[in-house]
Amino acid sequence: MSARWAYILGGVIVAGIVVAFFMDEIRTVSVLSFSLRYAVPLILAAMVGIICERSGVINIGIEGQMLMSAFAGFFGAAITGNLILGTLIGIGTGMIMGGFLAVGAVTWKMDQIIAGTIINILATGLTSFLYAQGYVLPGVTPTVRIPLLADIPLVGPVLFNNGLFTYAAIIISIVLWGLLFRTIWGLRTRSVGEKPSAADTSGIGVQRLRFVNVTFAGGLAGLAGAYLALEAAGTFERGFTAGRGFTALAIMIFGAWNPLGAMFAAIFFGLTQGVASQLQADEVLAIPPQFVNMLPYVLTIVLLAAVSGRISPPAAVGKPYEKD
Amino acid sequence: MTTTDPARTDLGFTDPDPRRSGPLDRIPGILLPIVSVLLAFAIGGILIWLQGVNPFYAYWVLFSNALGSSEGLIRVMEKSTPLILTGLAVTVGLRAGLFNIGAQGQLLVGAVGAAWAGYAFTVPAIIHLPVAIIFGMLCGAAWASIAGVLRAYRSVSEVITTIMLNSIAIALVDYLASRPLKEPDQPLSRTPAIAESAALPSFGIIPSGFVLAVIVALFFGWFLVRTTSGFRFNTVGLNPNAARYAGISVKGTIVLAMAVSGALAGMGGAIETLGVTGRFEPAFNAGLGFDGITIALLARANPIAAIPAALLVGTLRAGAATLQFETGIEPEVVDVILAITLLLVAAPIVARLLFRRRAMKQTTVTSRWGS
Repeated sequence: MSARWAYILGGVIVAGIVVAFFMDEIRTVSVLSFSLRYAVPLILAAMVGIICERSGVINIGIEGQMLMSAFAGFFGAAITGNLILGTLIGIGTGMIMGGFLAVGAVTWKMDQIIAGTIINILATGLTSFLYAQGYVLPGVTPTVRIPLLADIPLVGPVLFNNGLFTYAAIIISIVLWGLLFRTIWGLRTRSVGEKPSAADTSGIGVQRLRFVNVTFAGGLAGLAGAYLALEAAGTFERGFTAGRGFTALAIMIFGAWNPLGAMFAAIFFGLTQGVASQLQADEVLAIPPQFVNMLPYVLTIVLLAAVSGRISPPAAVGKPYEKD
Repeated sequence: MTTTDPARTDLGFTDPDPRRSGPLDRIPGILLPIVSVLLAFAIGGILIWLQGVNPFYAYWVLFSNALGSSEGLIRVMEKSTPLILTGLAVTVGLRAGLFNIGAQGQLLVGAVGAAWAGYAFTVPAIIHLPVAIIFGMLCGAAWASIAGVLRAYRSVSEVITTIMLNSIAIALVDYLASRPLKEPDQPLSRTPAIAESAALPSFGIIPSGFVLAVIVALFFGWFLVRTTSGFRFNTVGLNPNAARYAGISVKGTIVLAMAVSGALAGMGGAIETLGVTGRFEPAFNAGLGFDGITIALLARANPIAAIPAALLVGTLRAGAATLQFETGIEPEVVDVILAITLLLVAAPIVARLLFRRRAMKQTTVTSRWGS
């Protein structure tokens, strides 16, 4: 999407939020908070996609990486009785799953989409098989209210009164943007994703950088999974991630492979879902619940169809690197 | 347009290079899937053993109940029928360079379509049955065509759209079965039962739907290798640039391949409705689409090999419930075994062990991504 349209859309949304705020303060704040919470796993998962694809590797396995991490994070926290430990277990599991993709897609040069699909199917199978009922968490992660900032009307209660994962997702997006576009690591990563042969000639270890990036990106998928289990839901169910890993890939494309763009795209996604749910709950629109459930998926397809051709992915994405 | 790799559809399980002939290299490619399946069973056996059950006993229960009685055999054939067809759906897509992960959604749409056609008309069986099956196939084809058209004309990755269409289909059929197509005066969300004239008969113990699926698989074994359309599919899958220079419409072929793929999955749903369940209920048939991927890759994108691959998966699925009843092992162990099979057959692990080749040529099925 061109920048001009993004600004126009953003302006319209902000204006709409302000008008809504003066009409109904409580509902507006509740819809916005919902939107942000809905966006958190999408933001984190989109960052996974961005790191991988900027390095030239398609990660269709984010869904499975998140599912496995949510599983491990939940049972880790429930068994040890420690949420921090559970989160770390989730992140570690995500990195292991990221390592799987790195071995398949980078070391073995498998078809990257098949490698990711194997991760998804394996995660679905393992988490369903190992799932056990009767475990409960010691609690959910606390909400942290930032003094003073949280007192600002509208912005305060939405942005500065959140769980730790929510802050983490926003900070990670901003930091990743800086890393990608302002550091040597970022330059190398982008060059490996755009023109690996040139990167190789200039002395960058293409395979090694791809391997490391894909593995560490898995840690972010782990964080997203841990968020779902430990902060958003406080539980784990089979098939818990509900396609968020795939939606995140669409958000990555919609955000033009830019961390900040993807963050706003994810929040926009959350906003549509929040507004639709609120309208349905208030019985303003008599939409059957199934259509509200469909919304994120329909929106994904519509947005992809709308933006494709206008933005292009990293040039070498999906192609294993072969030295000439 | 990306550069094309001549070996694009070989999916990472390349046949042995004839120039480097070791002792095992002469054994045909069938060895790889067989060894992968056996290894997956061994790993599954360890999981079963860790749960405190003798794995040999568990596998004996699994297979003897599925294959040891005529009821068991019927169940295996019924379970395998949609699997053959979803396996074929994925296969046809792969041949044309498309990765259709949406067989599940296409199957659901086909199943609900066939259910509607099955109860809404009163006509003789000779007309009703084919009409209901074809209507289910058309529903599946239409559903998949959304992804096909977007891929061909808007360059949107079919991988994402077919997955999204799965989730949309699940919500859509749930809505259809609970509102417009709901059986009146019924607490459950389900369609009315299909008419007698739309029910698939059985030949002795062999369900006619199974026969139909086998015939379709054989047909595609011929179609993909011996017909011009099949040749177009393969050419577009192997090298879209060459296809374009040869005057083949790449976009048209992509749309057609996706529609055929969806029609096959839709047929799987239609046969399930008309031959097994007799009506549509949203809860049935979870996860069949993923099994289709496993089957297609196990069969190495060969339509005829999809039959034994589907029978294997169908046997496991049919025996899973008995396994839980007799030994207390969760039926999801089958999912793990199948996932490991897929891992072993698609990743170059077993191939390396068998063929000891240093440079395995790895490839991409999907050429374009995002743009």
